Parts: sequence; structure tokens; C-alpha cells
Amino acid sequence: MTLTEGRVAQLRQDFPILQTEVHGHPLVYLDSGATAQRPAPVLDAERDFLEQHNSAVHRGAHTLAGLSTLDFEDARETVARFVGADSDEISWASNATDALNTVAIALAKANAAGSASGRMRIGPGDEILVTEAEHHANLVPWQELAALTGATLRWVEVDDAGLWGIDDMREKLTDRTRVVAFAHVSNVTGMIAPVEEVVKAARSVGALVVLDACQAVPHRAVDFHALGVDAAAFSGHKMLGPNGIGVLYLAREFGRELPPARTGGSMITTVTMERSEYLDPPQRFEAGTQPVPQAVGLAAAVRYLESIGMNAVEAHERQLAERLVSGLESIDGIRVVGPAAGVDRSGLASFIVDGVHAHDVGQLLDVQGIAVRVGHHCAQPLHRRFGVAATTRASAYVHTTEAEIDRLLEAVAGVRGYFGVDA
Amino acid sequence: MSDPLAGLYQELILEHSKRRDGEGLIEAFDAERFDRNPTCGDEIRLRIRVDDAGVITGLGWEGQGCSISQASASVLAGLAPGLTRVDLEGRIEAFRELMRSRGGGVGDPEVLEDAVAFAGVSKFPMRVKCAMLSWTALEGCLAQLR
Ligand SMILES: Cc1ncc(COP(=O)(O)O)c(C=O)c1O
Repeated sequence: MTLTEGRVAQLRQDFPILQTEVHGHPLVYLDSGATAQRPAPVLDAERDFLEQHNSAVHRGAHTLAGLSTLDFEDARETVARFVGADSDEISWASNATDALNTVAIALAKANAAGSASGRMRIGPGDEILVTEAEHHANLVPWQELAALTGATLRWVEVDDAGLWGIDDMREKLTDRTRVVAFAHVSNVTGMIAPVEEVVKAARSVGALVVLDACQAVPHRAVDFHALGVDAAAFSGHKMLGPNGIGVLYLAREFGRELPPARTGGSMITTVTMERSEYLDPPQRFEAGTQPVPQAVGLAAAVRYLESIGMNAVEAHERQLAERLVSGLESIDGIRVVGPAAGVDRSGLASFIVDGVHAHDVGQLLDVQGIAVRVGHHCAQPLHRRFGVAATTRASAYVHTTEAEIDRLLEAVAGVRGYFGVDA
Repeated sequence: MSDPLAGLYQELILEHSKRRDGEGLIEAFDAERFDRNPTCGDEIRLRIRVDDAGVITGLGWEGQGCSISQASASVLAGLAPGLTRVDLEGRIEAFRELMRSRGGGVGDPEVLEDAVAFAGVSKFPMRVKCAMLSWTALEGCLAQLR
């Protein structure tokens, strides 16, 4: 089951920005992987909330406070259901980066006084395991945690295409591994990680599993309970939702063990001058005033995606990815990284144009109205592995058409000629 | 169709991006600077040699990046040798001013020579830092000689 051409055309009507022109061409937006565009129902939901219910949540006795609190907690329930979690396992963050930092900082705090025990304990000689393909958001916080606890950061190496497999992961897992952190879907290669197998292997050595679900939740059905991860993170702005909101999933048991990374108002029970007691999750991880309108907008984005159906979203993008990858591979001087044509991948492709820097590629596409991402996509180690400083990435979403992929392919085919590097 | 990128990718720029004048590090040098553009990963290592009178007698660079950044280093390698530190600092400032002109400046060919070809880059705010990379690296080298 995928999306028919008619259905995509209908969806496109919901995205005001897709009606705009760039350099005199209809915009071809192939940068949803960086930030997605917002459909009218999401924009409307946020505006309606602000016009009708806006006020501080979980405090005050007035009518609006009650209405906004209901909206806020409804949003949490909506998001929880969408990712196979319970409401108390969903805390708001400002984005995925913030959510991942929350886990790393909280673990550092838990170990600071030397008081952590069981699977929370991380110390000298212990290991934190990541992969070479990680986004900096899921790498740098773990470098910090390693430095703060005396643990060693280790990583699974990728092959020439930027891929790794469960066997590579098993090889690096030891009985000293305390945390395994990796992306469900790579933002550069589009590779889908074998999450359940990693969880099983990590469990067998008693390690916590932290999933960067930033590129997964927007594009496929994800069920955190079924996957069995201990923590996961994703961002609202990549799933048709607002900026300034992200989600931290903490499996109930882990969330209850974890101390707060940030403290202050709204996350305490009793405060004296000497000490404070904290609320249970999810409020424990929500210090200070929360992004309430954004939560409402994110819930609207979830409902919008649910109305399309995540299996249909995935199938649509899978089809587009196939067209994209096989089309790019048939152009002389183009190297696509990530899974080969025919192998499952997310709806994106990053590629290298022989003899032309990615910035120049992006510029030539932009002038034809095509928006792609160029650079290292916050994954410098992976690009170092590819032997280039930057790649060009095209990423699709629900509103992307085959005709748009074809326009990209045609434009890419002209790049080497323009810069005079074709053989 | 007229080429809407003609302002950005002047013939001279595309030519310099392939010619890469001054590429290769000089062995004997008085100042060296490595600069990196963190957003795009473009990088340059630049070395200069100066005589007792403060005149630049040699410049060599090594780097990788987009056509704009590479062409800019190539043009600079043609401009700098034979100039004094003070003179060159003035020209770097003139180039920076041109890059900040948002498409309004044309640049003085007496001062900037081939570098006036970059005037069109100032219309593309995302690319100004590419054009500036080698110039700020050179500026860093000159500061070491003060
Ligand atoms: C795989 C992955 N992880 C983490 C992030 C960070 O997301 P944000 O910048 O919204 O925190 C991104 C976004 O670029 C991503 O693609």
C-alpha cells in the first residue's frame, strides 16, 4: 500500500510553502530530512490554541489553565500512542539533541557522587558504544559522558558505503559495555539499523540502549515498547511539526531510576532550603515552562501522519528512494553512499559528484528551484570515512512526487557538464 | 536561457578553481595558518615568506573545498607576492568590504586585480564565507608578523 499520485497531489495542497517559486521555478523541496515543512492543520492547531486556550499549564485555577493543561496532556498521549509508549514515558525536550543530552547528562549526574548502581553505573574501564555513522547529536554527548565518568568511548566502524551490521555491533559489545547509542535510521545513508537485534545483544551484556529515532519516527511506524529500547529521542520539526519541541522517550523502569538533568520549577514535590524532592517522570524531566503550543502543534502533526498511515508513508518514500538511487547511479561520475539500489533504505540519498564540491552542486540545483542539503550533515566522522568533506543529500517526504525526483535527476545529470569536469 | 549563476561562477573563477595557482606548501616560511569552515568542512593551510623589508616573497597553500574557495586561494596567490604586509592588509579589507556589499559593490581592479571577479559572490550570502576563507587565513598569517 502506497500513496496514489492523486493522494499526493491532494496532500500537497495542505503545504502552503510548496506553492512558492524559487528562482522562477516551482519549489522542489528535497530537504525534509533537515527540517520538514508544515501542513495547514499543524499551523492551524498552534494558532487555534494560542487564540483560544493559551495559558500556563499545571498551575493556576482559572479556566484557561484547565483547558491548556488538557491540550498539553492530550498532546502527550497522542505522541505516546504514535510511538508505542505510555504517556508517563514521554517527556518534552527542545529537540532531539536536547533529549539525547538529557540522558547523557543525567547518567553523568547519577555517577557523579559515585552512588549509581546496577545498570546505571558507569565508571573507569566501562565502555560506551556508538557507531561511526552517528549524527554529532548522538556522538558528542557520549564523548562527554565518557570523559566525565572515566569510561571509554568505542565505536562500530562502517564500510565504504557507510553501513554496519549486527555482527559488527556484536564484535564491539563486551561485558563492560554500559550504554549502546545508535541511530534507528541514518540521516546520511538512509540505512535502517537492526534495532531489535542490537537490543537483544545489548541486553545480554546488561547495557542500556539509547535510540536516536530522529529520522525514523517521521517516516515509518515505530513502536518503542516492541523495540525494547531504554531511551529514544526525536524532533518535532522533522515530522511536519513545530520547531522548539523534541521528545524524550524513557522506558518506565529506566525513567524512574534516572535523576533529572535539569532542575527547577515544575519538576519538584517538596522544596526546602536544603534539598528538594523530584516528581516522577515525565515531569521530572520537564524543568521550567514547557513548549505548550509546540506540543499541541506536534500532536496535530501526528494526527496528520496517522490520517495518511505510517505504512503508506514508508511505502511511498521507499518507492521514491528506489527511483532516486537507481536514477543517480545511472549518471556518470555520481557515487551514492548507503544501501545499494534494491536494498531497504529510508526516503533519502546522499551522493558524491566526482570533481564537483557539494556546495557547487547545491548552488546549481537551487537556481533550478531544487532545495537539497549539502555539507557533512553533522556527521563528520562518517564523511571522513567516505574521504570527502561534504555530500549532497536529497530527502523526500509525504508530499514528494516522482516528477520531483525526476527533476532532481535531470539537474544532477547536468552538474559535471556545467563545471566542465565530464570526461 | 541566460545563466542565473553567471554572477557567481564567472569564467575566471571556474578557470582559477582548476588552475589552483600557488597550490603546494612552501618549505621555508615565516607564518602559517590553518583555517576551516565548520559548516561546510572547507579547509586551507596557508604559508607565507617575507623579506626584511616586510614584502611577501612567497605564498603557498593546500586545501580542499568548493570552486569558490579554491579559486579564491588561487587568485590570492597571484595577488599577494611583491606586496608589503600593510598594503596587503588594506587589500584584504577591500575584499571583505566587497564581499559584504550584498551585490552592490564592483571592487577596484587596481586594488583587487582578478579578485573583482568575486563581486557576484556577495549576492549569495551562503557563499561569502567560501570566498573569504583564504583571505582570512592570510590575514591570520600577517597578524603573526606584527
Ligand atoms: C539522525 C539525527 N539525529 C539527531 C538530529 C538532531 O536533531 P535536532 O537538530 O532537531 O536536535 C538529526 C537532525 O539533523 C538527525 O538527523
